Amino acid sequence: MDLSYTPEELAFQQEVRDFFEANLPKHISAAVRSGTELTGEIMQEYHKILSAKGWLATTWPKEFGGPGWTPVERHIFDVESNRYNAPRIVPFGLAMLGPVIQNFGNDRQKAEVLPGILSAEDWWCQGYSEPGAGSDLASLKTRADRDGDFYIVNGQKTWTTLGQYANKIFCLVRTKFDGKPQQGISFLLMDIDLPGIEMRPIRLIEGGHEVNEVFFTDVKVPVENLVGEENKGWTIAKFLLTHERTGIAGVGISMQAVEELKALARTVKRDGKRLIEDPLFAARIARVETDLEAMKITNLRMLFQAQKQGHPGPETSILKIKGTQINQELRDLARRALGASAAPFPGHVTDGNLALTPPDTAANAARYFNNRKTSIFGGSNEIQRNILTKTMLEL
Amino acid sequence: MNFDLTEDRQMLADTLKRYLAEQYDIETRNKVAYELPCHSPDKWTEMAELGICGALVTEDAGGFGGAGFDISVVFEAIGGALCPEPFLGALMASRLLAAAGADQEALVDGSTKYAVGVSEIDAPYNVDYTETTATAAGDAYTLQGRKCAVYGGADADVFLVVAKLDGALAVFSVNAADANVVAYPMIDGGSGAEVVLDDTPATLVLADAKAAIEDAINAGRLALCAEAVGAMDATYAILLDYLKTRKQFGVAIGSFQVLQHRTVDLLTEIEQSRSIVVSAAAGLNDDDATIKVAMAKNLIGRAARQVAEEAIQMHGGIAMTWEYAVSHYAKRLIMIDHQLGDTDHCLSQISTSYAA
Repeated sequence: MDLSYTPEELAFQQEVRDFFEANLPKHISAAVRSGTELTGEIMQEYHKILSAKGWLATTWPKEFGGPGWTPVERHIFDVESNRYNAPRIVPFGLAMLGPVIQNFGNDRQKAEVLPGILSAEDWWCQGYSEPGAGSDLASLKTRADRDGDFYIVNGQKTWTTLGQYANKIFCLVRTKFDGKPQQGISFLLMDIDLPGIEMRPIRLIEGGHEVNEVFFTDVKVPVENLVGEENKGWTIAKFLLTHERTGIAGVGISMQAVEELKALARTVKRDGKRLIEDPLFAARIARVETDLEAMKITNLRMLFQAQKQGHPGPETSILKIKGTQINQELRDLARRALGASAAPFPGHVTDGNLALTPPDTAANAARYFNNRKTSIFGGSNEIQRNILTKTMLEL
Repeated sequence: MNFDLTEDRQMLADTLKRYLAEQYDIETRNKVAYELPCHSPDKWTEMAELGICGALVTEDAGGFGGAGFDISVVFEAIGGALCPEPFLGALMASRLLAAAGADQEALVDGSTKYAVGVSEIDAPYNVDYTETTATAAGDAYTLQGRKCAVYGGADADVFLVVAKLDGALAVFSVNAADANVVAYPMIDGGSGAEVVLDDTPATLVLADAKAAIEDAINAGRLALCAEAVGAMDATYAILLDYLKTRKQFGVAIGSFQVLQHRTVDLLTEIEQSRSIVVSAAAGLNDDDATIKVAMAKNLIGRAARQVAEEAIQMHGGIAMTWEYAVSHYAKRLIMIDHQLGDTDHCLSQISTSYAA
């Protein structure tokens, strides 16, 4: 066992720092630091900066144009990118569809889909959940009926994250209506501007627009947009969900959140002292930082394991559960730290002499509420526990 | 012992709940709660006419209530409907005005809306660290400082402001027109305001007011705790309904034991919350009222967080949406902890009293 970085890893860390120092525009890091909703333009701008460096597809192997990073290098990038307040890489094309196409796509699909993801020209969104099919994804009802060289798609998807910026969508659709529900699902690619696709915003608890409903009415999709075999989409769906969970521990973002929390607690006052001197509050920080210290190692151990076996396994569910608990606790404390000043609706009383809170903390309550999503999306933490029960306990 | 409400209080509860059910459904509430003034002046007037302000004021002062259980009955109903009308200000103002022996007719009939400034940015929960100061100028006074999170401040007519006069806590009255009031909608609905006082003319209401301010804060905390119980009950009812009707894997999700047990844990916490509100309401005028109320606010802070977070989690994505009522209940339940003393502040009030 050795937790220290090798000279090569230290050099890589320096390279990443130099890169962000030189290439991350201040308006992007400022937007991230403020904790408010990012615009599509900012996310796209960041993707293109990474793409130009060849660092966008952090998890892809070299043969597909990824940097071919080791788990440690990915960890270093995760930590440093968050330390510099870089945005999160939108995962739908890069972390989800990319690996699917690499593993299940034909040569034509590899040639057509992967370059657009690598260059950040294409923005993919996800058509998985439906109003009646969330945790029970296999019960999805959106149907694709074969008609000559086309599928005719009808139905509704929901929770389509950042779909308002996307030009493409990948969907799970039902192509067989008898037998086990898992055996009638197919994986389809579509352009978002096809006639019959309509996107409607869903307003979230804190007021933001991050997710959408997508309606499909007689949408004509060429059959060559099918990935893998017809009715074998469930295997792909599960593969994708496992990939969705790598990186879901959010170690880098939580490490940054701890630092921001300590800085905030050193700034705000309670009872004539700095909040950080309040033993109750300091103990709350200490407890979550201890959990995070262990999570850094758990995450790396599991990334190494995944690399050894060639793919992530069910133990990534542990990363999802504990990683989101840690992150949610940190957001909870960042809200509490503001005391009575946490109250304003986002966007109010944040400027100049009248600012209620230290810089970049006015959105702390909104952020806390928004982050309740992390234990629900990507397979709720209850579903993760079901996966672990089935695969690890052998009861 | 007797745990039944008196006939009068039961009638008050029924009247208020019926009014809110008929006039203040969640869509109506959401329409007014997030845009200034973040409540409905018409409904405020109607509710004052129903006697809701009067129920918060003692008979000596021209009302017909003002006891702990009057407060808890009113605010539990308010919490159940997420009603954003600024009754908290009226309640706390009434306690301060009563201590000063001042007339409360305009408070009781609702014609004057009061907001009370106790918090400051660096002293959100503890008035001993108040930095706003008062200076005497002949018979008049001027105030210097800034009060934060003044609830209902958007269209209050009069602000009762806590400030230090010769080093001692005092209460001053400031006309809204004389102060620099920066109002905002709160993330959970209702208005808050920053009240910036810069050589602002004020009238002394009460000098040496530490005990009266403590009493007003105790009453306000009790109200917030009762409001949370109402909001928890409503959230729980929606959750139970959802567990029975939402199907995944071919069955109602309420058939899963893991959700059953977690829901039972919520039931337990809500019953504990109801009890601690009874304790605080019964003890509101006792010598140890501050500790009893701090216990309530501490327990409610923990329970409300659990109910809010678990209700969202067990619903799944739907409860993360603006359209679904649980998201608004959850916001209120979480943000109540930020008002007049959070769980940690109340815990340390209790624990530091042991060695005293």
